[in-house]
Amino acid sequence: MKLQEYQSKILFTMYNIPVPNGRIAESIGEVKQISEELGGRVVIKAQVLSGGRGKAGGVRIAKTIDEAEEYANQILGKEIYGMPVRKVLVDEMISIDKEIYLSIANDRNSQKPILMASSFGGMDIEEVSRSNPEKIVKRVIDPLLGLRDYQLRDVAINIDLDRDYWQDFSTIIHQLWKVYVDCDATLVEVNPLVITSEKKLTALDAKVVLDDNAMFRHPNLNDLRDKDAVPPSETQGRKIGVSFIKMEGNIGCLVNGAGLAMATMDIIKELGGEAANFLDIGGGANAKKVEESLRLILSDEKVKAILINVFGGITRCDEVAKGILSAFKEIQTNIPIVVRLVGTNDKEGLRLLQDTELIPAGSLLEAATIAVGKAGEGKA
Amino acid sequence: MSILVNKDTRLLVQGITGNEGLFHTEQMLSYKTNIVAGVTPGKGGDWVLNGKIPVFDSVQSAVDVTGANASVIFVPARFVGDAIFEAVDAEIPLVVCITEGAPIQDMMRVKQYLSSRSTRLIGPNCPGLLTPGEAKVGIIPGNIAFSGNIGVISRSGTLTYEVLYALNQNGMGVSTCVGIGGDPVKGMNFVDCLELFEADARTDAVVMIGEIGGNDEEIAANYISANMTKPVVAFIAGISAPPGKRMGHAGALIEGNSGTAQSKIQALQSIGVKIARYPEEIPGLITV
Repeated sequence: MKLQEYQSKILFTMYNIPVPNGRIAESIGEVKQISEELGGRVVIKAQVLSGGRGKAGGVRIAKTIDEAEEYANQILGKEIYGMPVRKVLVDEMISIDKEIYLSIANDRNSQKPILMASSFGGMDIEEVSRSNPEKIVKRVIDPLLGLRDYQLRDVAINIDLDRDYWQDFSTIIHQLWKVYVDCDATLVEVNPLVITSEKKLTALDAKVVLDDNAMFRHPNLNDLRDKDAVPPSETQGRKIGVSFIKMEGNIGCLVNGAGLAMATMDIIKELGGEAANFLDIGGGANAKKVEESLRLILSDEKVKAILINVFGGITRCDEVAKGILSAFKEIQTNIPIVVRLVGTNDKEGLRLLQDTELIPAGSLLEAATIAVGKAGEGKA
Repeated sequence: MSILVNKDTRLLVQGITGNEGLFHTEQMLSYKTNIVAGVTPGKGGDWVLNGKIPVFDSVQSAVDVTGANASVIFVPARFVGDAIFEAVDAEIPLVVCITEGAPIQDMMRVKQYLSSRSTRLIGPNCPGLLTPGEAKVGIIPGNIAFSGNIGVISRSGTLTYEVLYALNQNGMGVSTCVGIGGDPVKGMNFVDCLELFEADARTDAVVMIGEIGGNDEEIAANYISANMTKPVVAFIAGISAPPGKRMGHAGALIEGNSGTAQSKIQALQSIGVKIARYPEEIPGLITV
């Protein structure tokens, strides 16, 4: 779960990590008021969960209160990368001497947290890692021991940080580590951390991503979830207890198991079709979940065929077939539906589907071939 | 022979009195797995499944009394870290964690702790192990595989069953199937299992089922190229997956340009591993 910049900065403030003075605004009136309080020279930053806000016109520098009002008018209510801008952060203008990149993240390769810093701050770090990989300093952190002071000195030396700032730099990283651990973050990033012309270190931007698996430990943070960041269909999927991701094609997929769901989409693609969604219904396949999942798939008007692919292990295929049939009693549709059942009692399961409107199939290749064929019909 | 579990495995079930724990204990028992004990803190002294399995308050007490040498964990996600630490401290050689949804930082601490211990961990978020005819440790349906000479390693659940079933339908038996799990931070990986299969006298070929996310398959390709004499066939799920989306499993995520199915397929193909386009194609690619 990603936090918005302003939410991340509130978190930073709670941990004594310096951030610019500023507040969140939802209206032009509020922007005006905050700009007045901050003396007129402000930065207006759209609060949407995507990178590249600046390039999309979502970050503007205002030299006067009138300008602040004008920019707020341009940004509030607009869309950035398809997400509505409902709030802007109004920060005081900071004069910058130097920009630094700083982050702590989960590193999959080492299976440990990793501290990264660079003297190339304020730029896209992915880009820096391609163009100047030697300019990114990385230090793996022992998750049981935590950060060692020598590691921080080592990082400071390697990004050519002036000795005058080592103490403040260390303090900020220690506090960032606390945020990372206390909140079960998967990423805490400051890009840039700046040295101001008053010789102070300040987090100009802030990005915090939290581990969804750990939200039970942080109910207050869970309330900060941004509903605009997730497509409504995925939220609906979460509600009915399935894993759902919207795709671009026209073949709806309903599968038990994430790996098998991916494999199903892959074979559809291999055969020249395109899946409309990823949907993992989880273990078993009870009638109610099948019904709700089908409704979710059918809510996409592009869907021209549906492929149900269920492996029956402990839940036998004949039980799964009964579940599917009872779900279909509740749903009216003309869209062709191919059902592939495999595993325990698969022949009995497929027999139950004969003489219904469903199209039974024994192998994945056969099922996908039929579904791709049906979805292609009517196209010329 | 087989790897990791066999008829001599003395299994302990952590979280035995929960719904999942109890249901799957019954399934494992009916497969004739040698289950010697269960652990649920606060329920020590009880017996479950008609008095067949004694329940203990702690892993150490269960080990002391029953000599358990493997543990399978079904406790809720929030207790996973503690349950693994407890099993490791009781010096159980093999711990298999089925539970999905463990916090990543908990698992990083577990992993770091394991680096100085001799316990092997499988999972979390995995279907466990099956040595057909001998032991089922976890939730893999027992009836879909019979004993044979193919080793199976997989990051997935039902996709693994699909492959086991396809092998079964083609008259191919399995030495051991290891579901290593779909989390980004986990215990044993492809390479650890490949090493065991290479050394296992009964295994003649290995099937590897990978998916998008991370670079474990690429690392496995290096290992295979340098160390494996037995043929390996692979399937990689997620060639149609979009970047930046978590495809069900916590670890199934293309980050930036890394972790794509294409990169994994290319790494494996370049060293001569045959790649199946869909699971049913796997049996036909195995030559032993």
